[in-house]
Amino acid sequence: MTSPLQQKIKITGPSVVTANRTWDGVVIYRTAAKNWTTDLSEAAIVREVDEARALLAEAAADDLGAIGAYIAPVEIGDDGAIEPGNLREQIRSEGLTIGLPVPA
Amino acid sequence: MYAYDELDRTLINERVSEFRDQVRRRLSGELSEDEFKMLRLQNGVYLQLHAYMFRVAIPYGTLSSKQLRQLAHVARRYDRGYGHFTTRQNIQFNWIKLTDLPDALADLAEVGIHAMQTSGNNTRNVTSDQWAGVAPGEIEDPRIWSELLRQYTTLHPEFSFLPRKFKFAITASEHDRAAIKVHDIGLRLHKNAQGETGFEVLVGGGLGRTPFIGKTIKPFVAGRDLLSYVEAILRVYNQYGRRDNIYKARIKILVHELGIEKFAKEVEQEWLQIRDGALALDDAVIEEVRSRFTYPVYENLPNLPEELKKAAHDPKFEAWRKNSVFPHKVPGYAIVTLSLKPVGGPPGDATAEQMDAIADLAEKYSFGEIRVGHEQNLALPHVAKRDLPMLWRALDRIGVATPNINLVSDIIACPGLDYCSLANARSIPIAQEITRRFANHETANLIGRLHINISGCINACGHHHVGHIGILGVEKNGEEFYQITIGGRADEHAVVGTLIGPAVRYGEVADVIEDIVEAYLALRANPDELFIDTVKRLGVEPFRERVYATR
Repeated sequence: MTSPLQQKIKITGPSVVTANRTWDGVVIYRTAAKNWTTDLSEAAIVREVDEARALLAEAAADDLGAIGAYIAPVEIGDDGAIEPGNLREQIRSEGLTIGLPVPA
Repeated sequence: MYAYDELDRTLINERVSEFRDQVRRRLSGELSEDEFKMLRLQNGVYLQLHAYMFRVAIPYGTLSSKQLRQLAHVARRYDRGYGHFTTRQNIQFNWIKLTDLPDALADLAEVGIHAMQTSGNNTRNVTSDQWAGVAPGEIEDPRIWSELLRQYTTLHPEFSFLPRKFKFAITASEHDRAAIKVHDIGLRLHKNAQGETGFEVLVGGGLGRTPFIGKTIKPFVAGRDLLSYVEAILRVYNQYGRRDNIYKARIKILVHELGIEKFAKEVEQEWLQIRDGALALDDAVIEEVRSRFTYPVYENLPNLPEELKKAAHDPKFEAWRKNSVFPHKVPGYAIVTLSLKPVGGPPGDATAEQMDAIADLAEKYSFGEIRVGHEQNLALPHVAKRDLPMLWRALDRIGVATPNINLVSDIIACPGLDYCSLANARSIPIAQEITRRFANHETANLIGRLHINISGCINACGHHHVGHIGILGVEKNGEEFYQITIGGRADEHAVVGTLIGPAVRYGEVADVIEDIVEAYLALRANPDELFIDTVKRLGVEPFRERVYATR
């Protein structure tokens, strides 16, 4: 399997680096402070390929903390709020679009 | 029920210890994710969108009450209080933590359940007819052979690193409820002209990106030769199957590219070398496995008890009985299907409370036995007909008595983009909306048998190719679209459905299904002509016209 770092990086707008946390699988985002957060609003935003590659490399190096890091698109609202850039990322960030059989 | 012996129990317990150590090493950093991934997959642990997903095997779809209660316990203690029954007689837990997985596996091992070979490029859970052992007219209980195959394939070193995953399904009935024609190897028990029992062996069936219906490679293989013949097939596949391209690695591609005659010839050559070796099954081995299956001691009961006559005055009970109760091989007994497809609910999900309640009801009314079908419903296989009214009331209270079995709202669906990291589009909300459109049971009965299958991507976990109506989610420019096929079926007459036209948007799918159903009602030759037969008679064109005339 090709390492994420060997894959061609293409970004068309603001993006974040996201992964799943190793011990429980929860969705996490890389922060500017070289850490992880479960809150998309705290994620580091990258806009250029080189920036994205650097953030991804740093994230992928944390093999113990996170699995499957990749670059995901986001949208930045007029108020600066970070929103998921597509439906897949919306579901990862906000949860299922359906009710759970057993309410949380 | 099959009773595990000491060897099985030891194997399962050792596997738990081994996995516990692997998880410990992963969490301590001794193992990287690259090193750990294959190990977790070999124990049924995937990574999905939100969390790890844990897939647990239910071999040939048979569960005891004790086992179902333990699945409920795992759902409650380590997950979010529910599980999802899949199209291959597995159950999946969607929210489990890696740190909890060894304990969950250990708890399951206490009742003889495991997750071995529910993922990875090996031989997967051997599936069978959920009515095995109780279906009228069955040649013999196919689970005996399923169990022999389970023992033979479990951790088989030669078949643990195949080019790609490999799935078996077995039936012993004329009507195929196990979808054997869409499996890598399908086995149909039957009698030859001499009255001997053996197997028709089909090979190269499968869905996914390139759907194929399985082809008969040998019309009759005697029971003693089953393992050697299957091994010959697997050896040829292991030798020639492609490892350079994941999309061409399944045995169906090899069979297609070589042609069934050439493939069969290769298998025959291999088989002749091994058929009389260690894999030849002598009667004592078969009888040993057979003896470990225990069957209920049935009573002599009237086929039409007073309790049933009285309850027939209740139209709700009658609607359920006519829909969800099926003939049993023993007079006075019935097979009861429990619908996990409530109107507006996710297909195949059951809460821990429902599982516990079903386990109790199975103990009370079905000799403590539950079955899981590939249609994502459950069944109680040994219910005395006199108990049907009481059972119905109890099932209704826990929400598993929707009288929609085999009807338009009995939808097979994969988890789709709400859960799955491979999916391109959502499946569950599409299913939910369709069930709301057809919530009226009288209308659903008027429509008659109609199987809708939904997959959220081309991997086809929802078996959309073989749905009478198939719905496939695709992604176009970041938007969900759905391709619609009609005319597919997964039974003994299995065929891949035909695409009716361009994909439609998410919000249009339920409307399109309504259009197709309305067209069918207008076109059918008579009220007894099933949807699938109308499509066969008329082709897709009238349905295409109806759907796209105004779109």
